[in-house]
Amino acid sequence: MKKKANATPAMVFNTMPEAPQKKKFCRFKKNGIKYLDYKDANFLLKFVNDQGKVLPRRLTGTSLKYQRKVAQAIKRARHIAVLPFTGDSLK
Amino acid sequence: MATKTKSKTTETVVLKDYESVIIFTPVLSEEQLKDAVSKYRKMITDDGGELVHEENWGLTKLAYPIQKKSTGFYHLFEYRSKPDFISKFELAFRRDERIMRYLTVSLDKHAVIYNQRKRNGEFNQGKKDQKQEGAK
Repeated sequence: MKKKANATPAMVFNTMPEAPQKKKFCRFKKNGIKYLDYKDANFLLKFVNDQGKVLPRRLTGTSLKYQRKVAQAIKRARHIAVLPFTGDSLK
Repeated sequence: MATKTKSKTTETVVLKDYESVIIFTPVLSEEQLKDAVSKYRKMITDDGGELVHEENWGLTKLAYPIQKKSTGFYHLFEYRSKPDFISKFELAFRRDERIMRYLTVSLDKHAVIYNQRKRNGEFNQGKKDQKQEGAK
């Protein structure tokens, strides 16, 4: 039983959007995106998991500067009910 | 826009860029909604602010229920106003029973440019594609 419990989180990480082998990059720096629109739910969905939690930088590859903006935008989106605070299956 | 800001600062009144999203209750009729919106539009212009852009999203589904309602009328104001106007504006929101939720955000220079380009329809294809490429 214990082994199974340990196995699940590792599997979750392997199925995350960014391929683990490939070198991660900050998509904002790469594409020159300077402003994150908190009204754009489809874009923000890339930075939350299927429960609606903000994904960590180590999974998305976002640089610290933009991770702060991502977090801010997601919080704003939640306030105006564009994104849910919690959800079972967002994706 | 950037040059406009500079010319403004030379005058005595300094205007800043703001954006407000307002969610009205879905029980309003179309007439009532128009009434409410025009009231706030008037508030902005009466206080010496200028309305930059306005957007009506119509009846939109909420991501979670607010005041036991699952839909709402979204309305977006983008405007330039004096900083001390915001507290008055938000006080009016809080007193208004037709408003379920609101969010006012001050816009930085990137946001102003972004909104301007969005309005011109520049990245309905262009930038969104770029964003999606970035995701892959």
